[in-house]
Amino acid sequence: MKLQRNGRSKALAIGAMALVSSLSLAACGSDNNNTTSASGGSSGSSSAAAINCGKPGALIAAGSTAQGNAIDLWKTTFGAACSGTTVNYGGVGSGAGIQQFTQGKVQFAGSDSALKPAEVDATKAVCTGGQGIDLPMVGGLISLVYNIEGVDNLVLDGPTAAKIFDSQITKWNDPAIAALNPGAKLPDADIQSFHRSDDSGTTDNLTHYFAKASSGAWSYPASKTWAGKGGQSANGSAGVSAQVKQVKNSIGYVELSYAQTNSLKSAAINTGASKPVAATTENAANTFAKAKIAGTGSDLALSLDYATKDEGSYPLVLVTYEIVCDKGNKADTLDTLKAFLTYTASDSGQKAIGEKGYVPLPKELTDKVNAVIPTLA
Amino acid sequence: MTSSPPAAPRGRVGRQRDSRVGDKIFMNLARGSGILLLVVMAAIAGFLAWRSGLALSKNDGHFLTTFEWAPDAPKPVFGIAVLAFGTIVSAIIAMAIAVPVAIGIALFISHYAPRKIAQPFAYLVDLLAAVPSIVYGLWGALFLVPHMDGLTSWLNQYLGWTYIFDQTKTGTVPRNLFTVGILLAIMILPIITAVSREVFRQVPRMHEEAALALGATRWEMIRTAVLPFGRPGIISASMLGLGRALGETIAVAVVLSSNSVLSLHILDPGGGTFAQNIALKFAEAGNNGRNALMASGLVLFVITLLVNGAARLIVARRKEYSGAAA
Repeated sequence: MKLQRNGRSKALAIGAMALVSSLSLAACGSDNNNTTSASGGSSGSSSAAAINCGKPGALIAAGSTAQGNAIDLWKTTFGAACSGTTVNYGGVGSGAGIQQFTQGKVQFAGSDSALKPAEVDATKAVCTGGQGIDLPMVGGLISLVYNIEGVDNLVLDGPTAAKIFDSQITKWNDPAIAALNPGAKLPDADIQSFHRSDDSGTTDNLTHYFAKASSGAWSYPASKTWAGKGGQSANGSAGVSAQVKQVKNSIGYVELSYAQTNSLKSAAINTGASKPVAATTENAANTFAKAKIAGTGSDLALSLDYATKDEGSYPLVLVTYEIVCDKGNKADTLDTLKAFLTYTASDSGQKAIGEKGYVPLPKELTDKVNAVIPTLA
Repeated sequence: MTSSPPAAPRGRVGRQRDSRVGDKIFMNLARGSGILLLVVMAAIAGFLAWRSGLALSKNDGHFLTTFEWAPDAPKPVFGIAVLAFGTIVSAIIAMAIAVPVAIGIALFISHYAPRKIAQPFAYLVDLLAAVPSIVYGLWGALFLVPHMDGLTSWLNQYLGWTYIFDQTKTGTVPRNLFTVGILLAIMILPIITAVSREVFRQVPRMHEEAALALGATRWEMIRTAVLPFGRPGIISASMLGLGRALGETIAVAVVLSSNSVLSLHILDPGGGTFAQNIALKFAEAGNNGRNALMASGLVLFVITLLVNGAARLIVARRKEYSGAAA
């Protein structure tokens, strides 16, 4: 009995040691992050010079994971230029971000889709005398990534892509795909399609595209939850890109940065323009430039033309909105909030995230955002 | 652990007439801890039930039989059929693999291995229990899944006639309920082993020696003396393991290719579990979505309670027979 007691307490001690060491490791990790981020900020001080800091303060925000890297970059640059100001962004997901916003826990929320009418009503509780508005801030594009041996320049169009992801087309050498890829050596293999197992803004935007541009091949409503038949699922963009990388004859959809970091090939899209449009930031920016404002007043929710046939307009785009109050923002952080958003919507702010796999929003759009920010109260 | 009542004396300490302050404080602390546990359980159940009610009143599907999970759609439709099935099937696979192996390991440590090997070996098993589940998940996704092809195609070839092991979708990665079951088995192995080992060590020496003196071989001694004595302990240990298997979240989320199809073909990718579904859907869920997820959480809570209660009953019934009170 004694021996056993001993054994157990020793095991506990080892466990405790492991815990302590992992905790201290984690602490080291965050220290390192701070130092690297600080140095990163100072190296970019040329752009930081133009930053108007506003009143020092602490901004708390939460929401979309899609814009997580962009916010990280912005907050380090902004924090380096403006001592005393910190921005704390929790990548908890768009839905949870909006929830925290309507509970008054955060100063702004990031969301991959604009506020729905019911959500706007909910924001009126925290925005005294005003309501929540959408400011488009972070542009992105969705790549249809694929892994087929011997095929380098895959071209798809809306209906074909929708049928592939809905298991209506199950072989790579299907006539519909062959017709879009004359001369390509398409294998006689089953298509392994991968979609997101978690709910996501990426799925929402992809299915919006399918709903508009698949000529009815996609029979489901656009939604954050995957509705298509068949295929396999993986958790997060990271999970999908890992599967596509690993599995032969596969196809999936991820944001551009994941395609780049995993060096996956992206399909070009035959939109009806004279030649297929490649998945590049320039082509996506062209689509944003023609986006119409769907919101009213200072709400800048966008209406994207997924069925665009313009030359060099990549249709599969997504935008992350920063959600703030038009009136009734918290008084003590209002100035800091405006300063931060002014920076993120500025040319240097947009250019900075362009290097991280995001799509810098064109001037037509940022001008409108910049006109709204000073009016926030 | 909960399964070691044999040494407890019959009378309760609190009954003794002893008015020393320290005793009273300790008794109240102990009683307070007990009450706190009940309050916490009731609070969890109450909270889940309240939020579930909100979601269920808006459900267009049948909560128990619907396959899809779309609580945030304009017409909310969600049900737990696929989740309940996946949770239970993966847990059954895990238990079927883990329990016999864990008993084997525990017997090896307590009765077969030389002392020099048994001690470090026991530490090693305890350490396995401390590995975070995300690490198991990553290992499962990056190592186990790519190495499952051989086993799944073998099962398909020789046991495909059983329907269960029939692989209908060829060329898919084995990110299925079967692989999840194996991963869960590895995860719950250390808990079951550690508890069973402690119980086996408590088998009265006299019983073992009596069995040996009657001419039993070592295996017969284990069968007649150790296993009957340890049965309640094994059951308790298995229930602890089952609890982890039922509630495992992130490792399943990483490994399983989930969908809303209920299929008995456990080698085809698909299915889902309660905890995995909550982990994956929570971040982007709207108001109703969150409530619906809580409703599914409540079901998992109830299933776990039922399973534990059943185990308690079995343990209680076996106690006298096994001679644990001796």
